[in-house]
Amino acid sequence: MKRQMLWIALFAAAWSMAASAETINAAGATFPAPIYQKWFEEFHKAHPDIQINYQAIGSGGGIRQLTEGTVDFGASDMPMTDEQLSKVTKFKVLHFPTVIGGIVPTYNLPSASSLKFSGATLAGIYLGTIKKWNDAALKTDNPGVNLPNEDITVVHRSDGSGTSFVFTDYLSKVSPEWKSKVGSNTSVNWPVGLGGKGNEGVAGLVKQTPNSIGYVELIYATQNKMEYGSIKNAAGNFVKADVSTVTDAAAGAAKEMPADFRVSITNAPGKTAYPISSFTWLLIPSNITDATKKKSITDFLQWMMTTGQADAPGLSYSPLPKQVVAKEQKQIALIK
Amino acid sequence: MATAAVTAPPQSRARKLIDFSRDGDRIAHLVTFLFAASVFLVTVFLVYELWIHSGPSRAKFGFSFLTGRTWDPVAEQFGALPFIYGTVLTSLIALLISVPLGVGAAIFLSELAPPQLSNACTFLVELLAAVPSVIFGLLAIFTLVPLMRQYVEPFLKHALGFLPLFQGPAFGVGYLTAGLILAIMTFPFIISISREALLAVPREQREAALALGATKWESTWQVVVPFARLGIIGSIFLALARALGETMAVTMVIGNDTGIHTSLLSPGYTIAAIIANEFTEATGDIYLSSLVELGLVLFALTMVLNGAAQLLIIATTGKGSKQP
Amino acid sequence: MDRIARRNLLNNVMLTVTGICTVVTVSILFLILGYLVVNGWRSIDFSFFTKLPLSPGETGGGVANAIVGSGLLILIAGAIGIPVGFLGGIYLAEFGEKTVPMLIRYTADLLNGVPSIVIGIFAWTVIVVPMHHFSAWAGGFALSLMMIPIGLRATEQFLRGVPNSLREGSLALGASKTRTIISVIVPAAKQGILTGMILGVARVAGETAPLLFTSLNNQFWSNKLGEPTASLPVIIYTHAISPYEDWHRQAWAAGLVLLVLVLIANIASRWVLSRGASAQRG
Repeated sequence: MKRQMLWIALFAAAWSMAASAETINAAGATFPAPIYQKWFEEFHKAHPDIQINYQAIGSGGGIRQLTEGTVDFGASDMPMTDEQLSKVTKFKVLHFPTVIGGIVPTYNLPSASSLKFSGATLAGIYLGTIKKWNDAALKTDNPGVNLPNEDITVVHRSDGSGTSFVFTDYLSKVSPEWKSKVGSNTSVNWPVGLGGKGNEGVAGLVKQTPNSIGYVELIYATQNKMEYGSIKNAAGNFVKADVSTVTDAAAGAAKEMPADFRVSITNAPGKTAYPISSFTWLLIPSNITDATKKKSITDFLQWMMTTGQADAPGLSYSPLPKQVVAKEQKQIALIK
Repeated sequence: MATAAVTAPPQSRARKLIDFSRDGDRIAHLVTFLFAASVFLVTVFLVYELWIHSGPSRAKFGFSFLTGRTWDPVAEQFGALPFIYGTVLTSLIALLISVPLGVGAAIFLSELAPPQLSNACTFLVELLAAVPSVIFGLLAIFTLVPLMRQYVEPFLKHALGFLPLFQGPAFGVGYLTAGLILAIMTFPFIISISREALLAVPREQREAALALGATKWESTWQVVVPFARLGIIGSIFLALARALGETMAVTMVIGNDTGIHTSLLSPGYTIAAIIANEFTEATGDIYLSSLVELGLVLFALTMVLNGAAQLLIIATTGKGSKQP
Repeated sequence: MDRIARRNLLNNVMLTVTGICTVVTVSILFLILGYLVVNGWRSIDFSFFTKLPLSPGETGGGVANAIVGSGLLILIAGAIGIPVGFLGGIYLAEFGEKTVPMLIRYTADLLNGVPSIVIGIFAWTVIVVPMHHFSAWAGGFALSLMMIPIGLRATEQFLRGVPNSLREGSLALGASKTRTIISVIVPAAKQGILTGMILGVARVAGETAPLLFTSLNNQFWSNKLGEPTASLPVIIYTHAISPYEDWHRQAWAAGLVLLVLVLIANIASRWVLSRGASAQRG
């Protein structure tokens, strides 16, 4: 018996010694998850003693878990509202923009490609007033395109999503009916449609369901070789999402970034601006008691804003404008 | 015993311990009682925690929570009806499919099949009960859903589309698919327990019917099955209780829509599925509390059903709860 | 057709129908196994068992951390659940009197019937929130709650199944009640009790719902029990609902591994039980 106890004790000691890597837990948006996963992997390779475990459970989840204190930092495509910020009592929440992304209307329509959508049409589809692919509104947006006489299967998010927030924020700006009936938030009372979990869930559903339409972050459509449409922007041009059009959407915000970095860039002005673009933020506590964790997080932030930005275009995200990076580096100093 | 100890090899620690505790019985009684009582305490604590954490939404909505049809996190209006509806509907569909099939199979296994075959088949069916829910979900997503979307649902729409039950687009996911996968998951309960109930029917009953000139089927259907009906009904309750609480397989194929729809082809939601999807991210106290309250409702439902099932099964087979 | 012929026809038809019902229901198990083997077999290789998952969109990688994580969770669940089930079962069978055992049995059945997602909620309120951390502890605790009723019932049942003559014989020889239980009764019932424990483990090995907000998930090795951990069922879930072909492949493989393990455990428990029964007879 004694000998067995000794072995167990030795094993436990060895295990805890080998497991000396610091684990930092983070949770939040699926919108930037592909680049975050890549960043955390690369950062871990450069700093083997730091492990940042990021769980993409949706922006709503990131905000909630940060508020509960069950994660060390969160991530969200929706900046926290004043009400949500007031609920976090132990520290102030600092928003750190990481990249800019675009949300695209991806669809599964074998007979048609390169579809165009105006804002009102998208709102109609998601309100359930436009029910078929060959509806008059869609025909007006796409003259000369052969649209089938099929029901539109609408796909939205089933979880609390920053992507949903950005999408509904855009719909609220272009459709007064949407604004009054549904509104914008990470989780809304969707009038119609199926719910998918995470950006991946929506992409998965659209990919497998013919005649369906969903909204996902650009990379989810490109990685899965799915078709996505262009959208009419505020200037009246139909624009398809890519690194340059999304960067153009952020041009105005770059110059006039508020001090807390909370800003919406949907339906931005500009001839080539992509209308459903958004910053995405890391939600970092202003007060981190564990000194090692604080250093790891601040090191990561510094790395992310500089070296990390190079990874963005490869994954179809737009890197941060230089003015924004300069402002953020000043905000790092606020983390105590 | 003491003298034996002098000449015997060094005693193990366990032996010393036993000899030491002259009133070891009382200690053993206490220790085992504490462990057994912990089961009671933890269950009570569970109900308590559910009650406490659902407090805010119970206070805000009261009983109208159970009849509310809206689930709106933006306006913070939460009602449980769509989820109670979805849970009950999918379970009903499941039972409509699995009860005839299950009872039919149970009849075959108890009345017709030779004992070897009967035991072997029952063994296989009971193994089905051990398959984890997430694996059913995995299979459902990649095999059942496309099947439903491409063949079954269009066929149903074509043949029965005049009924509001079979209207609307064929998504592949929805109430019907969820009900189907639940049916598969509930077969083992119905077959296994019904078979035991049928086997418990005294020989004389069958023989009397046959002696009166009944065919085997008539004897089975008109005499044996009614005799065993309490056990069979008990198995149905148990299956229902399992179906109501099923989470993963349903979440993966129900379509996640928070409305109430008449068409079986439409996507919907169940209590377990929405808790699974939205719990980690319920931003706001009322939101979280509403989800916990949903859990409380589900718990109450399954508690009542399980209780009724146990009573029925004890009444017929006299064996107590069966845990396949 | 005269009446008798009609009745005979009905007889044959209905009995055939019941046969068909049996074929349908029994064949489902084989269908499931078949699909998993066909889709998952190709993906099972050495790296599947030894590598960590990669970022979505990249091919390769494995589920090593999920396998270890599941093992860890089962260990924690067993460390809590097995003693409680075992000792509690001893109480119910050997020491309990009057209404107390009935109450405990009732609550154990109640606990057994609690939907797994509700157990997850409970574990979240009781462990995750106070700890301010998702952790393997919380996941293991949730799973232990599901193991306890099975172990409890099996232990009590098989202890009761030991003939009273053994008990009385031991007591007549002067052994204390405790000694009787430890040295005589439990060994006599050990196959059945072991069966209960194995079944309990098999049940929780495949549970996903209680882990969704307790042990969460982890893309790295989880080195401390206080950290979130990956697990096979959760990996199967997240990978199945994703759009990535590579993740689908891994979901099939992980599903095959999980199913085989669970089935082996179930079959093993029955074999143990039948050995025990024949040993008692012989």
